[in-house]
Amino acid sequence: MNTLITRGIQALMVAVLIGAATFAMMRALPGDAAYRIAAGRYGYDNVDTAAADAVREELGLGGPALPAFLTWLGDLLRLDFGTSLVTGQPVIEEIGHQLGASMALAGVAVLLSLILGPPLGILAGLRPGGVLDRVLLVVSTGLKAVPQFLMALILILILSVQFRLLPAAGHGEARHFILPSLALALGLAAVNARIARDAMARIGAMPFYSFAQWKGLSPRQTLLRHGLRNVSVPLLTYLGLQFVTLVEGVVVVEAVFGWPGIGHALVHAIFSRDVPMVQGTALCLGLSFVLVNAIIDLVTQRIDPRRAA
Amino acid sequence: MTDTVMIPRPAGHAVRWTGAALVAAVLVLALIGPLAVPGDPFAQSLLKALSGPEAGAPLGYDHLGRSIFHRLAHALRLSPTIALAAVLTAGLAGLVLGTFAAARGGWTDRVLITLADALLALPGLLLVLIMLAIVPGTALGFWAGLSLVLWVEFFRLTRATTRETLASPAVQATRLLGFGPTYVFRTHIWPEIAPMMLTAAAFGTATAIMAIAALGFVHVGMRAPTPELGLMMVELLPYWREAPLALLSPVIATFALLLGLTLLAGSRET
Repeated sequence: MNTLITRGIQALMVAVLIGAATFAMMRALPGDAAYRIAAGRYGYDNVDTAAADAVREELGLGGPALPAFLTWLGDLLRLDFGTSLVTGQPVIEEIGHQLGASMALAGVAVLLSLILGPPLGILAGLRPGGVLDRVLLVVSTGLKAVPQFLMALILILILSVQFRLLPAAGHGEARHFILPSLALALGLAAVNARIARDAMARIGAMPFYSFAQWKGLSPRQTLLRHGLRNVSVPLLTYLGLQFVTLVEGVVVVEAVFGWPGIGHALVHAIFSRDVPMVQGTALCLGLSFVLVNAIIDLVTQRIDPRRAA
Repeated sequence: MTDTVMIPRPAGHAVRWTGAALVAAVLVLALIGPLAVPGDPFAQSLLKALSGPEAGAPLGYDHLGRSIFHRLAHALRLSPTIALAAVLTAGLAGLVLGTFAAARGGWTDRVLITLADALLALPGLLLVLIMLAIVPGTALGFWAGLSLVLWVEFFRLTRATTRETLASPAVQATRLLGFGPTYVFRTHIWPEIAPMMLTAAAFGTATAIMAIAALGFVHVGMRAPTPELGLMMVELLPYWREAPLALLSPVIATFALLLGLTLLAGSRET
């Protein structure tokens, strides 16, 4: 219960921070914001001074900063994001469209990283110092030093330009998933593998683990009954913290591959200074981090009841 | 020296030196390179576009006939400078606020930790993008945004360590002897924090360089004529078949720099 309250406060702070940042962004825009918003709302042909004044009056743009900021925050907390300055559609609808594509991509990437990383990490952790352990250390250190955009670039060059195996951009078919999700998954897998390896090595060295084998369990049974559950706790916790890395990766990788998701939208919104869209997408990303971590808190408490106390 | 126990030399030591050597090699290329082979990163000669290496341009020319070597050297000065400035600012802010929060406790501590937690929930690139839109000037925007992102790590490290140290009997004894907070910080807290600071700074620098390159690569970072690592890569990507070396140079330089910084940071103790 306590963790949920902490996460709730975190969510509220995230909203306030994003509100403050986007408000500052709005104020820093060159030109008269009232005209821009009016243009966004009524179309560029219908903007006149009256419309701009109406907007200014409504949003308190002309007045001192503090009341305007409070109105701004009030709208944000009532989840009223307004309309996109570019398309004129309500921000919430735009995000609804894009979130699905992003979540599909992120989900496939996480799944892929979980298939690649932890099994290798656990195998390496069962024999610390062995050949697999050392090879894995080198590979994962190398992979961690490759930013996602560089990974995307390398994958595009090798798989789609050089060998023409996969499409470099596009969306809609299953094969379009491979390159972007791989670009995200390899970096995540490198970290997952290290965490699984460290946890496995630590747990494998504990007395209870040796005892399980002395009492006659095979290595396989020991791993399944006593190893996996213990390894999964740090792994899940880190997965939650990696979510930010994942989101950052999604922003960049979507922009590189032209994936019609929330990250792509965010980059475009920043580019065209579409403040309501920036605010909506930023809030969506921040709150989903809090949500994911709240869920992980609850799940780890289930897996390891000692933590709930 | 009879009582020395055979402690296995930590493997981290050699790794850190390798990292430092890699970073140093890249920085030497950036700083000394243009002195050894003089040239202008902005001078174009379209006749030489995409032609191979020659004496005046050891890495050949890009699609506009500019020397890749000099552009790379320029880019390798730009990103680390911004990154270092941001890390210094963030480190200082994190150190001051972290010790402050740990020493004061109560509401000061609670407010600061809530703020840090909220910042932690936001993707760093997002904050950098927003700051780029607010602050005039791209380099300044990167500095502001990256400082805002990076201070949290320093803050959390400093706060956790300082809390632990302040509760120790050694600090209590020092206080009972009548020494002031400055003395406590210098003799008890700083020695505990200092080694962690190096690790955090190396990670922070790597993060910052990655962020600048990533945003350059998707056209929302540095603007066109400026030589910047990510921007160079995306500019040269269409000419991969004609001039592979041109694209590989910034890719390899970035990888070497980031790998060096990651190795220098060593394994993060968790």
